[in-house]
Amino acid sequence: MIDFFQLLISGIATGSIYAMAALGFTLLWQASGTINFAQGEFVMLPAFSMLIAMAVGLPLWAAFVVALIVSVLVLGMAFKRFIVDPMRASGVISIVVATLGLSIGLKSVVKAGYSAEPHPFPSVFGDEVFKLAGVTISYSDVGALLFAGLMVVGLQLFLNKTLTGRAMQAVAQNTFSAEALGINVKRMIFYTFAINAILVTVTALLITPTYLAKFDMGDNIGLKAFFAAIIGGFNNSRGALLGGVIVGVLENLVGAYITPSYKDGVALALFLAVILVKPDGLLGTPAERKV
Amino acid sequence: MTLSKQHLALLSVALAALLIAPSLLKSYGLYLLTLWLVYIIAALGLNLTVGYAGLKSLCHAGFMGVGAYTVAILLKAGVSFWLATPAAIALCFVLGLLIGFPALRVQLHYLGFATLGFNLLLMLFFRNEEWLTGGTFGIQNIKRPDLFGFSFNGNLAFYYLVLVITLVSAALLAYVLRSPWGRAFAALRDNPIRAESTGVNITAYTLISFAIGAAYAGLAGALFAPLVNFIEPAPFGLGMSLLFLMMVVVGGSGKFYGPVLGSAIALLLPEYLRFAKDWYLAIFGFAVVAMMIWLPGGLLSVRERWLLYKAKKASEKNATGVGAV
Repeated sequence: MIDFFQLLISGIATGSIYAMAALGFTLLWQASGTINFAQGEFVMLPAFSMLIAMAVGLPLWAAFVVALIVSVLVLGMAFKRFIVDPMRASGVISIVVATLGLSIGLKSVVKAGYSAEPHPFPSVFGDEVFKLAGVTISYSDVGALLFAGLMVVGLQLFLNKTLTGRAMQAVAQNTFSAEALGINVKRMIFYTFAINAILVTVTALLITPTYLAKFDMGDNIGLKAFFAAIIGGFNNSRGALLGGVIVGVLENLVGAYITPSYKDGVALALFLAVILVKPDGLLGTPAERKV
Repeated sequence: MTLSKQHLALLSVALAALLIAPSLLKSYGLYLLTLWLVYIIAALGLNLTVGYAGLKSLCHAGFMGVGAYTVAILLKAGVSFWLATPAAIALCFVLGLLIGFPALRVQLHYLGFATLGFNLLLMLFFRNEEWLTGGTFGIQNIKRPDLFGFSFNGNLAFYYLVLVITLVSAALLAYVLRSPWGRAFAALRDNPIRAESTGVNITAYTLISFAIGAAYAGLAGALFAPLVNFIEPAPFGLGMSLLFLMMVVVGGSGKFYGPVLGSAIALLLPEYLRFAKDWYLAIFGFAVVAMMIWLPGGLLSVRERWLLYKAKKASEKNATGVGAV
């Protein structure tokens, strides 16, 4: 039973990290119709920016700030300006293929230009553990959960309570009416890309200590993020959190009690099951068909 | 089925080249040429899925792996190649239906995610089920087939066998695409809502197109296994699936000869870019991004683009001419 609680807690922690990548993915999709198949690599890049910054001698927090700035500039601004914007006319398929190409390109640049080996990465919350009613809990799990929870709640508050946030939602719901209401649509879409860049950097900070920094670390994270987003409900930001946590917990339980070999298949099975029963995800509401 | 004279002439030149080519090539060249044909079969199938039905499939290499493993395992069990291959094709078709059905019920894009995950799952299966697939050690000494006492064991004989199978499967696909059935695929891609209103059952057609694509990958896998004699999980990973998608898109998705060009590029480019080593994939990835920005229709769309450009120029000229009068 103690094992079970330990698996549960670490699963929730991992899941909430998946959820952040999932959230960014969902936001991009809603605001600009961009399906970003390079989301996993978007987590991998900040991990390496932090590694490089630390190699220069910066402490972890400063490296994180540097990575945040780099991410917003490169994964937010440049990605939108040079890749997504020119492709708006040619449709979703081109964006999907382009982000797949981008994913290959980014991975290979890191592999060829930096290293193909996995690199250890320090945890913000240290490596210590504490015991609660016999269950061993690591500070980094608790930290990840709190951090992710704060990010999600903060984002929800921002989207629902501030004028900018509500304007962003308006853009996501109907670009044309938003524009007619005088909302600066381009700026709002840029904000979405910037928020995604921040989310992936935080994801990188939290997940790299366990995953290790490696050029292909994004394969797994990206996939979990897609599945978490869809399981929870593509058009609901709380859904991403729920989906992430379910995936994280079930993976741990299946890995421990059924078979460790197929741990990574859990998310797919869950995804197929959910879309068979409730196509809009657990918390999602039916979306209108966009012609 | 009618082909224009020009088309027919080009086709016979290409065929003649394919018949003569082996005599000009050393054994590695012949191997590459055979591999190209195998890739063409797989890419033709994917082109149906992506180019004509508008679906994104990201587990094409996985299906190819299923085909390769099925044939390898059945051959080891003493089953004839001529029975194992149809079994491999059928298995991929059924798997395609099983994975496609839940995803396509919801949204086209979901197929991308479902297939991405499925490829991952297949890799886990190939690696973990050692009793069946040999795990990371793979399956060795896969025999090449023979027919009525004639052995296709030699490289040249096997090349001609693959050539014949490639031509037959290409002709079959061309036939399907010209049938009302195939036209429905294109209708689906261009305007699904209108297609539905004219009585095309969207879900059924997209599902079938995906499953046919998978079956072609299965056939390619069935030929791949005896070609290389040894299979292990690595060539059937996600990276290869992405490469297949790129072959179709780079060549020109929805163009019948797109995959032929695309797979030649995907196969030959690494040979010529050996000096770039690890950077090769980086160049390739960013080249695809650039192409999607400037030439989303693929290389075979250059001619159309040029004609469109000329027409636009001409109409502008006319417009200014009218203005001057």
